[in-house]
Amino acid sequence: MNWDWEVVEEFLPRFWDGVLVTCQALLGGTLIAFTLGLVWALAQRSNLVWVRWPVNAVTEFIRNTPLLVQLFFLFYVVPEWGPSMSPLATGVIGLGIHYSTYTAEVYRAGIDGVPRGQWEAATALNLSTAVTWRSVILPQAIRRVVPALGNYVVAMLKDSPMIAIIGALDMLGEARFFSAETFQYVEPITLVGIAFIVIAYPASLLIRALERRLATY
Amino acid sequence: MTWGLWNNWMLPGIWITIQVTLYSAAIALAVSFTIGTARTSRLWIVRFLSGIYFELFRGASALVLMFWLFFALPIAAGWQLVPMWAGVLALGLTYGAYGSEIVRGALAAVPTAQREAGIALNFTKLQRLVRIELPQAWPEMIPPFNNLAIELLKGTALVSVISVADITFSANLIRFTTTESAPIYSIILVMYFVLAFLITRGMRVLERHAKAGVGKAPERSGGLWSKLSLRRGRSEAAGAITAGGAR
Amino acid sequence: MSTPDNNPADTPSKTPSKTPSNTPGNAPDAARTAVGTATGDTPWATGEEIIRFQDVTKRYGRQVVLDDLCFSVYAGKHVTLIGPSGSGKTTILRLLMTLIKADEGSIRVEGDYLTHEERNGKLVPAGERHIREVRKKIGMVFQQFNLFPNMTVMRNLTEAPVRVLGLSRDEAEQRARELLEMVDLTEMSAKYPSQLSGGQQQRVAIARALAMRPRILLLDEVTSALDPELVAGVLDLLRDIAHHTDITMLTVTHEMNFARDISDCVMMFDHGKILEAATPEKLFNDPEHTRTREFLNAVL
Repeated sequence: MNWDWEVVEEFLPRFWDGVLVTCQALLGGTLIAFTLGLVWALAQRSNLVWVRWPVNAVTEFIRNTPLLVQLFFLFYVVPEWGPSMSPLATGVIGLGIHYSTYTAEVYRAGIDGVPRGQWEAATALNLSTAVTWRSVILPQAIRRVVPALGNYVVAMLKDSPMIAIIGALDMLGEARFFSAETFQYVEPITLVGIAFIVIAYPASLLIRALERRLATY
Repeated sequence: MTWGLWNNWMLPGIWITIQVTLYSAAIALAVSFTIGTARTSRLWIVRFLSGIYFELFRGASALVLMFWLFFALPIAAGWQLVPMWAGVLALGLTYGAYGSEIVRGALAAVPTAQREAGIALNFTKLQRLVRIELPQAWPEMIPPFNNLAIELLKGTALVSVISVADITFSANLIRFTTTESAPIYSIILVMYFVLAFLITRGMRVLERHAKAGVGKAPERSGGLWSKLSLRRGRSEAAGAITAGGAR
Repeated sequence: MSTPDNNPADTPSKTPSKTPSNTPGNAPDAARTAVGTATGDTPWATGEEIIRFQDVTKRYGRQVVLDDLCFSVYAGKHVTLIGPSGSGKTTILRLLMTLIKADEGSIRVEGDYLTHEERNGKLVPAGERHIREVRKKIGMVFQQFNLFPNMTVMRNLTEAPVRVLGLSRDEAEQRARELLEMVDLTEMSAKYPSQLSGGQQQRVAIARALAMRPRILLLDEVTSALDPELVAGVLDLLRDIAHHTDITMLTVTHEMNFARDISDCVMMFDHGKILEAATPEKLFNDPEHTRTREFLNAVL
């Protein structure tokens, strides 16, 4: 084992660039996953069969096929029909859509977890469906599912290096390029690996703490 | 797309994907039970070490680990892993960490009374684990293991980036030579979905057997959707891939 | 009806009362008979001493469940523990079964310390091996049956004899069939516990405990979880066992008529102490303490 600190020093500026890109991908992906997931969840509870059925089918399909292949699809196929996107933009959309199918399930569980009595009380107060959703059901449901959503953010973090495969310069992408130029493989990839653990561990501790706090509710 | 490419690359690619799935599932299963039971040990040092394994590999990204095993390990340790085994090992070790949480959780859910009955009949600790606790926990593990197996299948696509000629690798190759990207990626997405479906069917059979083995009637699945749905368990909120976050 | 005989060849009975002298926790003999002498006549305190509690204290947090408890049980005798809930009766059984540990004091079974062993004249916490050796003599039936749901009735009865006592599967099954006949469940041997009624499950649990040929049988409120119409069957079975075997029985129950039928001695517990111990005739008809009288009035 020959560890060279000079290589680390040389790699560090690029590493920080990569950290920034990883954070951007994660933030963008999270925003899409959280909002799109809610749309799926509400559509899955729709009274209209022709809304419910296709949404169920599409989310089920996306959830059970590899994110990597979906990224390839977005990166190589979609530009044939429409605008071409940068690797990072493709990555953000890919991560967001893929994880929205998971958050949809989380929201659904949260909505199912709201007691029936809440619906009945809302009906008794003659609230409209929209108001019932907005001010009674969703606030209670989302509060419940915050830790579960957080878990998927951590999971997304760990899947985010896949965007390097389509050419985005996140942490892993920077490491690959650096290695290809300098033929130094050990230090960059080790540093990136440690970085993931260092970010993921406190994040999951935070989620566990959140779970404990919200469990009393 | 020509039949030559299909026969030469895609069919062997399917077989490679199945092999990678099976091998890494075997490693993940072994890791799950070893680490999962170790985390319920009475000895703090065993709990501590297995806890470190769990936190490390749950925090690690499978893809980064795969790259590390493929590029860094040969230089650092001086010996080279066959690409497929670098991939299998990375998948097995990381998904095993998630699996250990399934095993630990299911063992913790076995009623204390069962442990006490085992003590009253003077079983040793190992006998209690093997004859009483694990058999009772096993049926509870199958639905989350089903979800984990599908995640693992999806994860096998990663081996394509270290030049293992699986489905995804073959698809990239065919795209490169024919530039017909839309059909090829659509087809392989369907292939992965079909494989995931087969895993679910297999796990249902396994679950029925396991439940019969503890004298429980298997629950009949409801409508068409629950039959087609590949995921098991009440909600994805407690989904396998992030099982570690729960409790 | 066949009854399990005691002292089989596979449980080598040690010479009793190899009581070590001058070891910690070995208080003067007066303490042991304190309970007996308090009520005068003690016909249950004859023969070989099989269980001995010496200054046993058990706390949960700040709550004292057993308070400096001393008593002995003699071989073949049937002792019933009664008293209000939370008075520590079940704790005694759980201590004996080594499901929990005492905070202070010592428990001996046939002269051997239960959770301690002697090394160089000193008492040290016992290893697993010693505990299992002593525990071999004790069986327990639980309130909630605690049958193994992953095993058939036959497997429930044979698993421990095969794995723990080292019987061959044929021997174990032969023994199990005799016991199933005794508890009148011969036709249930291939069923799983979940397919049995509560009363049937409890009878299997009793057979399972007896299959280990224990010298001591602990019965922890064995009818409390049963529907009322199923209670009689289980109690009749236990009466038979009490009257036809020489197994020492330690029973916690709220069935006072049953206690009267089978007991040589009834101990009334309150706040972790033995309030009084007497023959059932004496205790049920003419208790010494008003507290006992109040309790009996409340439950009878």
